[in-house]
Amino acid sequence: MSNTTSRLVIATPPFAKRSVNTPMIMRHVIYALIPTVIAAVIYFGISALLLIVICTATCMLAEWLSTGRGPLFLSPVADGSAALTGILLALTLPPGLPLWMAVLGSLVAVFFGKLLFGGLGQNVFNPSLTGRAFLQASFPVALTTWAPPMGLREFLVLRGDSFALPFTRPVFDGLTAATPLAKMKFEGQATDWISMFYGGIPGSLGETSALLLVLGGVYLAWRGFLNWRVPVGIFLSVAIFASALHYSDPSRFPDALHHLLAGGLVLGAVFMATDPVSSPLTPVGSWIFAAGIGLLVVLIRQFGGLPEGVMYAILLMNAATPLIDRLTQPGIYGATKPVKEASKS
Amino acid sequence: MSEAKTFRHGIHPPEHKELTAGRAIERIKFPDRVVLPLSQHIGAPSRPLVKAGDKVFRGQVIAEPGGFVSVPLHSSVTGTVVAIRKHHHPNGSLAECIVIDVDHTSAQTLYDGYARDWESMSSAQLLEEIRQGGFVGLGGAAFPTHVKLAVPEGKHARWLLINGCECEPYLTSDHRIMLEWADSILLGIKVMARILGTEKSYIAVENNKWDAIKALRDRIPADMPCELVPLETKYPQGAEKMLITAVLKKEVPSGKLPIDVQVVVQNVGTAAGIGDWFAFGQPLIERVVTVTGPGVVHPTTLLAPVGMSLAEVLTHCGGLTDDAREILFGGPMMGTPQQFLDVPILKGTSGIVCLTEGQLQQRQEYPCIRCSACLDACPVYLNPSSLGALARAGKYDDMIGQHIMDCMECGSCSYVCPSNIPLVQRFRVAKGLLREKQAREKAA
Ligand code: SF4
Ligand code: SF4
Repeated sequence: MSNTTSRLVIATPPFAKRSVNTPMIMRHVIYALIPTVIAAVIYFGISALLLIVICTATCMLAEWLSTGRGPLFLSPVADGSAALTGILLALTLPPGLPLWMAVLGSLVAVFFGKLLFGGLGQNVFNPSLTGRAFLQASFPVALTTWAPPMGLREFLVLRGDSFALPFTRPVFDGLTAATPLAKMKFEGQATDWISMFYGGIPGSLGETSALLLVLGGVYLAWRGFLNWRVPVGIFLSVAIFASALHYSDPSRFPDALHHLLAGGLVLGAVFMATDPVSSPLTPVGSWIFAAGIGLLVVLIRQFGGLPEGVMYAILLMNAATPLIDRLTQPGIYGATKPVKEASKS
Repeated sequence: MSEAKTFRHGIHPPEHKELTAGRAIERIKFPDRVVLPLSQHIGAPSRPLVKAGDKVFRGQVIAEPGGFVSVPLHSSVTGTVVAIRKHHHPNGSLAECIVIDVDHTSAQTLYDGYARDWESMSSAQLLEEIRQGGFVGLGGAAFPTHVKLAVPEGKHARWLLINGCECEPYLTSDHRIMLEWADSILLGIKVMARILGTEKSYIAVENNKWDAIKALRDRIPADMPCELVPLETKYPQGAEKMLITAVLKKEVPSGKLPIDVQVVVQNVGTAAGIGDWFAFGQPLIERVVTVTGPGVVHPTTLLAPVGMSLAEVLTHCGGLTDDAREILFGGPMMGTPQQFLDVPILKGTSGIVCLTEGQLQQRQEYPCIRCSACLDACPVYLNPSSLGALARAGKYDDMIGQHIMDCMECGSCSYVCPSNIPLVQRFRVAKGLLREKQAREKAA
């Protein structure tokens, strides 16, 4: 055998590698959302389908345009994070939202929610919620006009002025309904929890069925792609704070079950707050983060001007994440005293 | 069996041990030539006592220790010294080596091979004997054994921990040693326990080697204060600190040594070698090497003389396969890639792992998505995500505050990272630069 063989390469260890990679995680999160997407299309027909397609396509296009426009499979678009941002954004929107607004929201989600910070992994806020917050602030009426869910037979019925021309005032033709949270807040009327759990209530695309969202979350947690502490912590914290209020004055405050199932809580807790980029790194940090979201959700819903508070609660805790990370730096093995200091960067 | 003990965090890479775990230790034919580097251990290189033309015997001392943290070197063959010159060393350098041509007419019997009456020796005499045997840690680190056994003034060793974890994928040499040489191991433990004056010895074995656990347990005499502790199969279970935590539920303080928590750790192979030294006077001149991986034609467990070339070992095992691309001394997590086939087997070479094309594919690196998988894997609870970002930005000084110097370069973080970020590779570079800088500052 000769001394050197030219086919030997010199790389660096480790030479063993777990097979999970980032695009695969993104893909599985998308798979976990498929049941919810299908339910949304069944309940809200073609309007929902259009919103999802438009948001996803816009997000992917925006990412591609702004990151070099190379061949698709080499560009960051291939990691799936832009597609996921689009799907998640669509799921937070009301079914009848004019599509041009959805396009605008998607652009904001990708450019301001992500690329402005430096791309995937650098953003402080959840990109989908950044887009959603922008739309909420710009078009408060359109974002709170809810169409009632219908069946597949009405698939082709538009649930709002989907094709409104940009910057014209959308026309709503009376096909609107109140969400369970709005009903509760403004009319003091509760929605029965069975329908909130199984689905078929007015709301954004992704909030109609808690069951399907939880199933998706359980799948991801089982595969190890989701930090289960975040949704569990949020549910616990909402339950605790909501119950505390409820028992102090049952006539004024709905019970915990209502808070848990209504609105975007499950969608937010399972799919938005768990975005690893904008949530804390350590288990302790995750619990603090989740507890904060739960508390904020209940406070905003009960004492704020809006019926819904999940989005702002998550965005606020996203902003607190760097601080939480700093305070919960792991104490290293063999440290003589707990290690608190963090880098100055 | 009681529940397997373990440490927190760590990873479960595929083991691939089936290639060689069932292969009995096989003595390889003496080669034509051996190359013995003067530095095969941590510490000062040995100083040669022979010159070109000298006739040497198998087991004869041919180099003396170059300091306290150093060991003598023995000839692994009977033959003639041809030269003392620079030669490729498995660590990638060119190092001073004694080159000996083997005398094939010789029976290769041991020079001065006789049993030591260890029971009548004092602790200091035993320690000196071990030093003369040229022993170093056989698990890979190659730290001189007598230095670890010489407990500093004011400290005391209560426990002797024998490391039979062999947590690196592919490697099975310790496994075979435990199965086949249990008596040598137990004799080595008795001698070391005597030197240290320990209360109790523990042999820690990962529970993927149930046959070794049973073989050893059955042979421990009832009156010997020695317990076999099965540990969970997890990487890096065999790292000294992790091992101590798993067996004794103690953490070695950062920057300190096992002796600071009254523990001394030795590898099973080292224990077996010491046993043989006292039983029939064989110094550290040969060792068990696992030659394995999909890149070698016949994976084998070899007993090879120290100094035999990698090329000859591979030839004995049927050679490399066509798609072999990487040869490692050590396991796939922490091993050293080899560039030249003339490098010699060292005292600390526990295995030769040959990997193929498919195992080396370049993986695209993605941004860190802060998934925290690396935090959950790091056995010393560092924050590799944040350290990786600092390394990438070149902020090496800030890494000190995040305890980069406690990183043991186990590679668990790189293994789990879904974004394929070369974390440990960057940490190695950062640590090297920081150490250089510290040395410069000290000198200034
Ligand atoms: S495993 Fe990789 S992607 Fe995940 S937090 Fe660590 S460095 Fe980032
Ligand atoms: S290589 Fe260092 S940082 Fe990475 S897991 Fe091992 S000890 Fe932790």
